[in-house]
Amino acid sequence: MPLLEIRKVSRRFGDLKALDDVSLSIEAGEFFTLVGPSGCGKTTLLRMIAGFDEPDDGELLLDGRLLAGISPEKRPVHTVFQSYALFPHLSVAQNVAFPLEMAGVGRDERRRRLAEALALVALTDKAERYPNELSGGQKQRVALARSLIDQPRVLLLDEPLAALDAKLREQIQGELIALQRKIGITFVFVTHSQQEALALSQRIAVMNQGRIEQIGAPAEIYNYPKNRFVADFIGTINLLPVEVREAAADHLRLFASGLGDLVGPPAATARPGQHGVLALRPEQVGIVAGVPAQELGNHFQGRVRDYLYLGDVTVYKVALDNGVIVEALVANSLPGPTRFLERGDPVGIAWRRDAGVYLHD
Amino acid sequence: MIEPRHRQRAAASRGSPNGWLLGAPPAVFLLVFFLAPALLMVGASFQEPGEFGGLAPLLQDGRLNLSLESYRFFFGDRIYAEIFLRSFIVAAATTLICLMLAYPLALAIAQSAKRRRDLLVLLVILPFASNFLIRIYAWIVLLGPAGLLYTPGAVIAGMVYVHLPFMVLPLYANLEKHDPALLEAAQDLGAGRWTRFRRITLPLSLPGVWAGSALVFIPVLGMFAVPELLGGTRDMLIGNLIKEQFLDNRDWPLGASLSILLTVGVLLLAGLSAWSARPRRSVP
Repeated sequence: MPLLEIRKVSRRFGDLKALDDVSLSIEAGEFFTLVGPSGCGKTTLLRMIAGFDEPDDGELLLDGRLLAGISPEKRPVHTVFQSYALFPHLSVAQNVAFPLEMAGVGRDERRRRLAEALALVALTDKAERYPNELSGGQKQRVALARSLIDQPRVLLLDEPLAALDAKLREQIQGELIALQRKIGITFVFVTHSQQEALALSQRIAVMNQGRIEQIGAPAEIYNYPKNRFVADFIGTINLLPVEVREAAADHLRLFASGLGDLVGPPAATARPGQHGVLALRPEQVGIVAGVPAQELGNHFQGRVRDYLYLGDVTVYKVALDNGVIVEALVANSLPGPTRFLERGDPVGIAWRRDAGVYLHD
Repeated sequence: MIEPRHRQRAAASRGSPNGWLLGAPPAVFLLVFFLAPALLMVGASFQEPGEFGGLAPLLQDGRLNLSLESYRFFFGDRIYAEIFLRSFIVAAATTLICLMLAYPLALAIAQSAKRRRDLLVLLVILPFASNFLIRIYAWIVLLGPAGLLYTPGAVIAGMVYVHLPFMVLPLYANLEKHDPALLEAAQDLGAGRWTRFRRITLPLSLPGVWAGSALVFIPVLGMFAVPELLGGTRDMLIGNLIKEQFLDNRDWPLGASLSILLTVGVLLLAGLSAWSARPRRSVP
């Protein structure tokens, strides 16, 4: 039995469908992420799990029990708010012990668990401080400790890293994963950042306009997006318009107008004559000189339109002969200053026959 | 250690001529219209009353004409202490009733829809649009037939009525700024409705409670129109007493010393409440 089950949940705000027939189930101990652009319904769903909103249709079950009508203070679910919502008039210790105080836990027990919780987030020496005396990262850890101290069944995290600067965010991502593994509490994480979703989660649900587009492990979502929205939203991707010529069991024969024939990976839904796109990640596209090696079956000519030097990699935007622009990612792995191709240089690009995903229109 | 930037800036501006220039107008204003009159009153309280009102000349027959006579007078008669005590009780009762009426009102306004709040605040201050004395006369019309006029209750009712907006506005200004996420967080962590109020809303609103209480308590102490119009002969308060010295008895030194004693009493109370409300740290 899944820990948390969401069954055919819908929610309307006036004309807006915030959630449209959403179903998913989350297993105990999972790090599950809801990702999507703003307004996709992820926060509405999170608030429903917390109890701050109720569905118009459908139901939510926690441990097999219906959640309908149970108010937020009675649900064994806590939320880490985006603003942290630390109580400004209470010290770190008073903030963190708040749930225990609410539950009527005795003084000695409270002290013991408070010490544990503060140690868990390495804030023991800040117990007497007030929230306005803490840095952003420390506030975030106080919010975490406060939500974890009475061991909820599910911890909801509403974009908790959005207010932190990039370097700190990366560090806290690592800490969050380690923390979740250590305590084993189910995390449901909401973010609009696909990078965060990929880095943190065991499973991801990609949401758009109130619907779930795809659920799966990060590598699955990244490598096998089900549709154009997921392909486009998660990471960067090249979409090459193609027509299916032949759909074999182990490959597709495709035709790109202005370029010619190419070979793609098999797709169950592809039928000859169908129009669609071949979705290729930039790192799957190589820049080649001369005739490419045999396994790089798809080989075309183009000119460098632009490039972006990012330190570890350089992203080249190559305009193909048919006008389509393809991004190719080149690792700067050679020592010394990298020799760039210049804008306007003719280049060859190539990719493996089994690379990418065919998505029909 | 590197000093925070705002502190560095404060240090830089402290000695700059710009800082002095900016501070000069309010400093002059306070000097002329607050400090000087207050010192004049302190001086007057040690002088002798003039024959036909006002003050006797400070220098008479080549010697300074100063005395403690008006203070001796005040402490020599229990009636003055009783009036002081009665005034403090009336002010405290008024403040408490205002607080109990204003808090739910301010909370309701602060939690109402944003576009309705301005209208509701306007309704709270609307009574100011008509003259204060006319509104008190209206209470005479209201209380007279019920036989409640000229009682301590009538005085307190009038005081509460007049001062209620001064309690509502600072409370509203405070409550309106509360982050709703704090209440959601408290609820999320297991706090019921009453606990959320007691542990979050109330403690965070205390600055508003203190501000409103000061804005009600202090003017009520000095108010003489309300007890004069709604109170009986036994409902005289400090305000009436002071007014009487200046306008009827022509004893300016006694009036001045009563004012000084009232100010000292208020300052003592303010100090006491600030001391009792000082931030303290404690472990849960």
